[in-house]
Amino acid sequence: MPTYNLKINGSDQSIEAAEDTPLLWALRDQLDMVGTKFGCGIGQCGACTVHVDGNATRSCQLQISQLDGKEITTIEGLSEDGSHPVQEAWKAIDVPQCGYCQAGQIMTASAFLEKNPDPSREEIRNAMTGNICRCASYNRIENAVAKAAEKKMA
Amino acid sequence: MSTTISTKFSRRSFLRTSSLASGGVLIGFNFFTACKDTVKMPVDISKLDYNDFNAFIKISKEGMVTLFSPNPEIGQGVKTSMPMIIAEELDVAWENVNVVQGILDTQNYTRQVAGGSQSIRFGWDALRQTGAYARQMLVNAAAAKWGVDASECTAKQGVITNAKGETLGYGDVVNEAAALEAERAAKRKALIESLAEGEQPPAETIELKDPKDYTLIGTDVGNVDIDKIITGKPLFGLDYKAEGMVYASVLRPPAFGQVLESFDDADAKAMPGVIDVIKIGEKAKDMLGKEQVDWTAKLAPSEKVVVIAENSWAAIKAKKAIKAKWSDGSPLENTKAHDKILMDLLDGKDFTNLRKDGDVKKAFKQADKVVERTYESPFLPHNCMEPMNFYANVTDSKIHLVGPVQTPASAASTVANLLGRDEKDIRLEMTRMGGGFGRRLYGDFVYEAAEISDKIRRPVKMFSTREDDMTTGVYRPAIKYRIAASIKDGEITGYHLKEAAVGGNMYGLIPNFFPAGALDNYQVDVAKYDSNITTGAWRAPYTNFLSYAEQSFLDELAEVLEKDPVQMRLDMLEKVKGTTDDRIQYSAERLQDVLKLAVEKSGYRTPKDGVFQGVCAYYCHNTHVAEVADVVMENNQPVVKKITVAVDCGIVINPLGAKNQIEGGAIDGVGHSMYGDFAFENGMPTSNNYDKYRLIRMNESPIVETHFVKNALSPTGLGEPTLPPAGAAVAIALKKATGNRLYKQPFATNMASKPILG
Repeated sequence: MPTYNLKINGSDQSIEAAEDTPLLWALRDQLDMVGTKFGCGIGQCGACTVHVDGNATRSCQLQISQLDGKEITTIEGLSEDGSHPVQEAWKAIDVPQCGYCQAGQIMTASAFLEKNPDPSREEIRNAMTGNICRCASYNRIENAVAKAAEKKMA
Repeated sequence: MSTTISTKFSRRSFLRTSSLASGGVLIGFNFFTACKDTVKMPVDISKLDYNDFNAFIKISKEGMVTLFSPNPEIGQGVKTSMPMIIAEELDVAWENVNVVQGILDTQNYTRQVAGGSQSIRFGWDALRQTGAYARQMLVNAAAAKWGVDASECTAKQGVITNAKGETLGYGDVVNEAAALEAERAAKRKALIESLAEGEQPPAETIELKDPKDYTLIGTDVGNVDIDKIITGKPLFGLDYKAEGMVYASVLRPPAFGQVLESFDDADAKAMPGVIDVIKIGEKAKDMLGKEQVDWTAKLAPSEKVVVIAENSWAAIKAKKAIKAKWSDGSPLENTKAHDKILMDLLDGKDFTNLRKDGDVKKAFKQADKVVERTYESPFLPHNCMEPMNFYANVTDSKIHLVGPVQTPASAASTVANLLGRDEKDIRLEMTRMGGGFGRRLYGDFVYEAAEISDKIRRPVKMFSTREDDMTTGVYRPAIKYRIAASIKDGEITGYHLKEAAVGGNMYGLIPNFFPAGALDNYQVDVAKYDSNITTGAWRAPYTNFLSYAEQSFLDELAEVLEKDPVQMRLDMLEKVKGTTDDRIQYSAERLQDVLKLAVEKSGYRTPKDGVFQGVCAYYCHNTHVAEVADVVMENNQPVVKKITVAVDCGIVINPLGAKNQIEGGAIDGVGHSMYGDFAFENGMPTSNNYDKYRLIRMNESPIVETHFVKNALSPTGLGEPTLPPAGAAVAIALKKATGNRLYKQPFATNMASKPILG
């Protein structure tokens, strides 16, 4: 099986895997980074969202053979200690119910705020619409993104 | 001195204490007061025996409190709220409390279920008594140390103070407390043994706080797992790994009714990363219909093909490469046929009566007018975000099971039966669950994992894909209601509800919910069609669709009678007050109060221009709820903007967590009534993933505003009760906005076929 060199959370990782292996499964099964979640496998739910060169991307749709030279950030690398403004806002608002989708929500939100640091409520609702929360903590996710934006602006 | 409430207390039945070798005290207790009398406590924390106690409090010499909580956490927040109740009575600072998910061994468990919004309701007394008892032990120990009477001492936030103002921390007296308790227990035992036959020992009492003195209960406390969740630490079943673990993906019949005939695994086996392809299911098939199988056992009549692989991706890919032949073990069903079957059942006479008051027939005969409406709903899949999965390691001496399941005890028992093993060899650990919604009450994924590991004798993680989950699930049954009411002299004189459901739905208690008791002539009848499609509990079972049908019908009756829909309900409830009918499950006063509160807070009496509001009140799962939905027209389409929820769940333990459940339940209710659609053709679901099955998303979610009725009544659960009224409130608001009554879910599909009035 071929070997791929990936740059994940600032460090170089070498993975031996089939070329069509989605980044999601490489992270979870081979690199023991299970914060990125499997939800649907077809890029529809957002539970597997990571950053690739700063863009929120569905890791279930990304083959490891396409990632040469890309900077990948997962929930484990968003901050060292959960202190990213989005993580802190998630904690302050106490967003999660079951918690399963939240890593993906946080990754979508953090990439979005990098591009749009002062979004309107409407922009937040549209930006987060690709991420399903089956417990429907949507009001809190929306409020947490708004709170993180305030913090970033301050 | 705070006010206290003295309550009878049965220490023998659920509580044991022990000193720890390392210093400190260990208190074992049973959330459900079902502990055996013979149990001994360990003296060492590492020797915790979870067979007899299902939770422990450890108080260290440093005054830190650790609570080992075994209750399944499916997102309903009990891992936070249940420990809060103990900490309140123990009177310890919350920041000194550490909550740990207990490791379980299911042997001897009597009740370990997360479901029915019951955890808080059943745990309330035991949790308070446990905390209060521990506090009293510590106060007694401090008093003995000072040589004063315990009544002169007070305990607050982990510190005991005497009349002179001297203080001792809990940690300073834990060892003495354990010693005193041993002495006291021995005395009590001697007393009981000295009693003549039939003579009862004096009841022990314990002082509980008056709810008005609570300092922790009623305050906002964040989820105890929050740091792990936001940093992506392993928490869920799918995250669990063990040395040497392999991955298994199961190929199940694509259609309900089909059974495996043969399969060709040559291509699959040749794929990289594939270890083996095996067949399972013979044993499960044999168990179908046997005595030892309870309602949570979902056993398939077909054998299944399993790919064993080195990683998840290899397993997923190889499963697609298996060429299986299936034959029809029973007829393949479809939704069109179900629609006709259920309608025929409603038209027919083959009903089971669940409640009959007065004489409905006579009322209908004497009526000026009869209003009859039929309401229809589809099947619904659960769609937990974490797909079904379980870890199993079956060896000759032991069976180790780890994963997300709402009914661990029956899962372990079925595994023991399935594999012909002793239950005491099974060790089952529960992980945090990525949603439950009723799906994880059924243990099929546990048996599959166990059967696979039994065959390959390796540690294995069985996991489903989204497609597996959606197409081989346990579904909310497709249901139709026909409700008829007789009207005489401008009043409702009779009410007759008939239910027809695939696989059945309603049971004993439900027909005693509102409007039962409010009408002299009232009848509920049910009919079911036995299908080979598995149906079962789905969030707010029995009422998730019933509420919409009944509350929509009441709204339409108010329209026909030219009555105000709120006043009509208040008047109906007035009739129930003081009822002597002990079958009635709800409180008329409490339901009136939530309805009035929702009306007040939503501005229902003074609606804004362009806002169309629908109101309803509903009782289920022991909690009283009223909801008002606000709908506005945007681009000639109705949009649900806001849901105002009024809730009476008694004392609110953790408002922060409670509101999360309320908000989620209401939006989930809106989402599934608007979009939830699931059909079968030739035994196969017509959707298998989120590209075809629509779940509500953020841009479609209303803002939920929550208001509590404040009282000091015992708390009830919140995981389910705000879901059922949401569909009704939305349907009523949509009627106002568009002029169309909706008789069929999902609304989005059934609205589109009708002209929308602006």
